Amino acid sequence: MTTDTGPDIPEAQVPGSNELHRRLLADMIRIRVFEERCAELYGESKIRGFLHLYIGEEAVAAGVISCLLPLDGVLATYREHGHALLRGVSAEAIMSEMFGKATGCSGGRGGSMHLFDGATRFFGGNAIVGGHLPLAVGLGLADRMLGRDGAVTVCFFGEGAMAEGEFHEAMNLAALWNVPVLFCCENNRYAMGTSLKSSESQVDLALKAASYALPAWTVDGMDVMEVHRATTKALASLRAGGGPMFIEFQTYRFRAHSMFDPDLYRDPDEVERWKQRDPITTFAERLAADGTIDAGDIDAMWTAARKETEAAVAAADAAPIESVETLLDHVTRPVDPLPDALGPGADDVDDIDEVWP
Amino acid sequence: MSEQTTMTYREAMREALREALATDERVFIMGEDVADYGGTYAVTKGLYEEFGRDRVRNTPLSESGFVGAGIGAALGGMRPIVEIMTVNFSLLALDQLVNTAATLLHMSGGQFNVPLVVRTTTGAGRQLAAQHSHSLEGWFAHVPGLKVVAPATPADARWMLPTALADPNPVIIFEHSGLYNDRGPVDPDSGPVDIERAVVRRPGDGLTIVAWAGMVSKALDAADELAAAGVSAEVIDLRSLRPLDLPTIAESVQRTHRALVVDEGWRTGGLNAELAASITERCFWTLDAPVSRVAGLEVPIPYAKHLETAAIPQVADITAAALALTGVGP
Repeated sequence: MTTDTGPDIPEAQVPGSNELHRRLLADMIRIRVFEERCAELYGESKIRGFLHLYIGEEAVAAGVISCLLPLDGVLATYREHGHALLRGVSAEAIMSEMFGKATGCSGGRGGSMHLFDGATRFFGGNAIVGGHLPLAVGLGLADRMLGRDGAVTVCFFGEGAMAEGEFHEAMNLAALWNVPVLFCCENNRYAMGTSLKSSESQVDLALKAASYALPAWTVDGMDVMEVHRATTKALASLRAGGGPMFIEFQTYRFRAHSMFDPDLYRDPDEVERWKQRDPITTFAERLAADGTIDAGDIDAMWTAARKETEAAVAAADAAPIESVETLLDHVTRPVDPLPDALGPGADDVDDIDEVWP
Repeated sequence: MSEQTTMTYREAMREALREALATDERVFIMGEDVADYGGTYAVTKGLYEEFGRDRVRNTPLSESGFVGAGIGAALGGMRPIVEIMTVNFSLLALDQLVNTAATLLHMSGGQFNVPLVVRTTTGAGRQLAAQHSHSLEGWFAHVPGLKVVAPATPADARWMLPTALADPNPVIIFEHSGLYNDRGPVDPDSGPVDIERAVVRRPGDGLTIVAWAGMVSKALDAADELAAAGVSAEVIDLRSLRPLDLPTIAESVQRTHRALVVDEGWRTGGLNAELAASITERCFWTLDAPVSRVAGLEVPIPYAKHLETAAIPQVADITAAALALTGVGP
């Protein structure tokens, strides 16, 4: 491991209020409840396609996204229900998307792997591993060129993406162009069923990233406060005009890769050991022990999350589907008509339906 | 109507780029050696000196990375023009173009459009062999969500770019590498052209020849030869490869009753096949003969001049096919 504390950045003020602790715990619980319900709904065939659950990794999304401002951009992978939810996409819009409904956050075109939301600058939901990293560089470049001071782009990806060429191209471009992008590697140790050791010649991921001459370090991704603290520190630098950074969050998914995965490649003892470090129960226990919250508070969080999820399920169930007549919408966006000169040949073309029988 | 000037295809494209940079702060160019070097084909020469390193931005040799960055910058409010040295190199960015640029609008339910312009070269004729000379524009024309255009004249090289930049969708401009030194008339004030429309470059009533990019001038030369043989050929410059302007083609074929498609790319599964099928479907009852095709031979483009020449359609091939189609030739 490269370092536990990150590079030499002035320690930003890390809020340690009860309010923040409560929010982080409640956020993780919201993801957990939502996704456990998703697994049931998959069994009921309400949700189809691929479904990748984030259960076990909630501390990363909660810790990072709690540091973001509305002007920031977020890009995530196909394991992104939790990121979308915490970024502010409603549970109803996410659930409706997974139900394939018109009211889904992608109008039923995306499904579980492609959640998008313009209002919260949530740029997906990207299912080509590594493919969205160059987009993050471009968003950061646009922020710089348009003078959107203080804006940052946060890009989540798994450790599997680090074997892709696009990871290396994106890191190099980001560092060369000094763009305000935080690369958040969610190292859950398995790219589908392939372990880190069998896919990377160098398993110290921060060391790999650091070779692109940017600050890179490793953080315990099972501890939401560690995640929050590291992100706060990184974003303070980025917002002040600093260049890109890389954080490896060491985490673990408790469920299989997807609903199709029989999970034959992991030692059950290993899974059990990581479950002992469940980011929700460990954090709740810590907060209870220091008197920040009591059992009643925790119960109330679970109850509120269940209520939110059940309302989303009911709404998704009742929502209309897109009319097939709209199938070809959004392939290309209509172009505003050209002012005057259309160039040679433009006048002698009729409407397509008039020419083709 | 303002006075026309003449300029080369290269100068016309450069003028279009200069105008875009000068009139829209959101526009920037990026690609391999577009700045100090001036671009592999010298299209961006002088622009870096005029607009600076931020807006005429060199990239490392990372086609997927910088095309993806172009998509991201477009999402972020910029109007990037990304230069990819050749269509062969664009295959390194195929993931970004096909999996992301073409899909984002639909996949996001209409929320995120990608106003990206990609410029790249296509075509053989400069003895650059099998990794710099292919005509793969038809592959991109296969993909819903992309727009694909191919200027065949200096005037189109000058005036397609502003239309592409005004388009809210990803537009790929294929510049034929053999055309850069061609000189032709350019109206400095004609304004943006409709890039979704084909155009009749030469009227005729004996057959319709459909061509694009580097094949248009060859088709026009063939039409001269055909005229001498008593055959009146109408030549259509496709200009837009996606969407296809089938109405313009159909209107012509329904008058001439014969169609010949000329494609520098390979025959099997090529854009020529799509055009032949579409013409047959739509014009079958007015055709006097099966739709004919002249296409590149099914071989990687070779280096030696005589072999390269033999691998792609030449004027004589087009003339011979047209004569055969009209019953005049062998």
